[in-house]
Formats: sequence, structure tokens, C-alpha cells
Amino acid sequence: MLTEFGKIFAFMLIAIIFVVVTVFVSKLIRPSRPTKEKLMIYECGENPEGTPWVKFNIRFYVVALIFLIFDVEVVLLVPWTVVYQQYGLAGYFIGVIFLFFLGLGMAYEWKKGDLEWARPYPQSSKMKNSVQEVDASFQVTSEK
Amino acid sequence: MGILELIIVSLIKIIVIAVVMLLTVSYLVYFERKIAAWAQNRIGPNRVGPAGIFQPFADVLKLLLKEDIVPTAANKQMHTLAPMIALFVAFSTFAVLPVGPSFTAFGKVFSFVVADVNIGILYVLALTSVGVYAITFSGWSSGSKYSLLGGIRSSAQMISYEISMGFSVAGVILLAESLRPIAIVNAQSGWMWNIILQPIGFITFLVSAFAETNRLPFDLPEAEPELVGGYHTEYSSMKFAAFFLSEYANMIISSALIVTLYLGGWQIPYLELLNLSAGWVVILQVGAFIFKLVFIMFFFIWVRWSIPRFRYDQLMNIGWKVMFPLSLLNLLWVAILAMIL
Repeated sequence: MLTEFGKIFAFMLIAIIFVVVTVFVSKLIRPSRPTKEKLMIYECGENPEGTPWVKFNIRFYVVALIFLIFDVEVVLLVPWTVVYQQYGLAGYFIGVIFLFFLGLGMAYEWKKGDLEWARPYPQSSKMKNSVQEVDASFQVTSEK
Repeated sequence: MGILELIIVSLIKIIVIAVVMLLTVSYLVYFERKIAAWAQNRIGPNRVGPAGIFQPFADVLKLLLKEDIVPTAANKQMHTLAPMIALFVAFSTFAVLPVGPSFTAFGKVFSFVVADVNIGILYVLALTSVGVYAITFSGWSSGSKYSLLGGIRSSAQMISYEISMGFSVAGVILLAESLRPIAIVNAQSGWMWNIILQPIGFITFLVSAFAETNRLPFDLPEAEPELVGGYHTEYSSMKFAAFFLSEYANMIISSALIVTLYLGGWQIPYLELLNLSAGWVVILQVGAFIFKLVFIMFFFIWVRWSIPRFRYDQLMNIGWKVMFPLSLLNLLWVAILAMIL
């Protein structure tokens, strides 16, 4: 008996066959004339400099961690959303309490600055001062 | 007799869906180029066939005949695996998307969906999450700085918007009380479309869908001026085509999801007042689904040529500080709404 999940499995099998065929069948007809320069990685025509696995911003890890936390919350919420109407007001308040703690965790992360992507240096006031200084000096010279 | 018939019907459905999907993807590329041309007062592709109608086939043939370049610095297995994962994910998601209502013909019930599973929406969400692996793998295994940075950016963007997408979908499930796509569509009969009942959820889902499919204004992973091609900088030939196809297939999936979850699927309000025969109702409803789908896809393209790209910190701020709280609020609102209705 072919169940609904069996159909999905068949669909996935066909998808795998299709993908493998599309990626590998062109191997038979396409040219292959590799040279040293062609196989170099692209760096705007220059010879590649240093290791390709460069250091990247630590904030990507923070984003991944926050994602993990909240994605688990989504997974926990989905069963609640399916059955909650059977429990009336009590079901509603269970969800609200859950969402309240979720919001609390989010507010904490927001306050800690973990949701901030770039932390700009406070430059605007400094710039304003220097502009005023320039203005003042200009006025002094013009008075003379 | 029963089992054989069932297998044959399923196989026919699978093959029809696969062919229709491939044709839609290739013509979506064509229409994207045409609409882009009209938006910029150009003509667009017009050389291959009348009005350039065979352009998609020419493109596929061209990519098929191109040399496949795998850089020496790359990790070859992962480099090959990544586009295959991307295409596989995009392809197999179509199995649960319902196009029309089930109908009775020759004494049997047929439905316009390959597999009517009771966890359809969960299946779609799970598969789109697997899609992140394709991007991470391709970025890491190419052995290029541009690919690495583009891949990391892209995966961070996708996981950030997955949260608000999940919460928006939770709002839809709340009203339908089911994860079955057909039940969700049936719950939106008449004018009870989710776009009217939960407009905030619709907006958060729409924005998340744009970010998940890496479309402008969220196409930072491929920001040409800074990262060349993003995670597919080092891809050529059919591997590049696999990424390209999966991107457009993801766009169709997102449009179909938006229609199913928020625009009432194949429902036409007040259709039952016209007293049409069952056959006409089915045809009209499938037509309505296709019309809505085409409209949303046009909207995707329209936005692409109207709105400039966000900066990366703006993108993350919108994802975490605007869309995520909004989708939480939407969930609370829908929970109250479900008590009233």
C-alpha cells in the first residue's frame, strides 16, 4: 500500500535522480580543458592572497546561537497552536505565559546588545564639536 | 487493481508536477528578464524565437555545454554536493503544495496534490531549513574568500528570518487547527482569508519569504559590488544552473505558500451562489490558484526592480527587531481572534 508518506518518498527519489542526472549528464558533452590559471580561485584577476578561510565576524556565531534558542521555541509552540482551542481560556493563558517568557528572553538579548549588528562609535557629537571649532576659528579670522 | 492504480496515478502526478515546475521555473526567468526590461524601458530577450520565447531553452543548452571549473583550492566532494542539495530541496518541496480542491471523476476521488500529508507545512519548513546547508557548504567548500563571506552572510540572513517565518506560520495553524495544507485552505472559505484576519502576519511572512529566497531588497549574499557572486562565485556549468534553478523554484514555492496560507488557496468567495456544475467549479478554482500564484510571482519581480538593496546591519535589524516582535504580537492577536471566532 502506498501511503501519503510513501508518495513523498517516491517524489524525493525522483528528485534525487533528476538532480544527479542534471549535474552529471553534462559531463559527457561539455569540454574539459583545465589550465593552472583557470583552476585558480577568483580574486579579481590577482593571484589569491593568503588562506581562503579568512576570519569572520564573531557576531555570526551569536546570531546562530540566538536562532537555535528561538527555533526551539517555534517547535514547542506548533503543538500548542494545533490543540489550544480545545482548552479554551486556560489554553490561551498557557500560550501567553510561554510567549511572555519568550519575550522576556528577547528583551534581555536586546538590552545586552546581542541583536545589534554593528555598534557604531559615538562620532556624531565629536564631529559636531569640530565643526563648531572650525566655525569659531573662521569667525575669529574674518573679524580680523 | 487498487494498489497498481494508485501507484500509476501517483507517478503521473509526480511527473506532471516535475515537468510543470521545470517549465514554470524556466519561464519565470524569461519573464523576470522581460519585466526588468519593461521597467527600464528596454526590449529584453528577443532573438531566440518570436519575442525571445525560446530563450530559457537556449540558456539551459548554453550552461549544459560550458566547461565545469572546480578550483584546486576547493573541497571537491562538498563543492559538488552543495548545488545538488539546493536543487533537491527546491524540487521535493512541491510534493505537498495543493493546487486545487479534490474532485470526483470516474467514481473515484482525485486531488491536485501529490501527497496529502497531515504535517505538510512542517515538511515545507523542514526542507527550507535544509536549504541553508547548501549555501553554507558551497560557501565553505569553494575555497574562495568571496564565497566564504557570501555563504556565511546568506546563512545568517536565512536563519534570522526563519524565526519570524515560523511564528507567522504558527498564527495560520492556530486558525486552521491543522498542519495539513488542504485543511488550511478549507479553513479560509468565503472571505475568511488570513490576509484579512491577520494582516501583520501576512506582512511578516511576505518579508521573510523575500529574505529566505534571497530576493532583492534582501539579496545581500550576492551583493555584486562587494562580494562578486556571493556563495556561487566559484560555480560554473550545470552546478551554477542548479543553484539558479533552485533559487527560482524557491520563489515559486514561497509564492505558492503565500497563496495557500494567506490568500485562501484556490477559494473564490461567493462562487457557490452561481450554481455552477462541479466540473466548472474545479476548473475555476484551479484557475484562481494559478492567477493568485502568478500575481504574487509578478509582485516578487516588481519589488526587485523598484526597491534598492538594504545594508547588512539594516537587514539584521529588520529581521530581529521589527519582524520578530511583530510576528509575536501577531500570534497573540490571532490567539484572541481564534477564541472569538
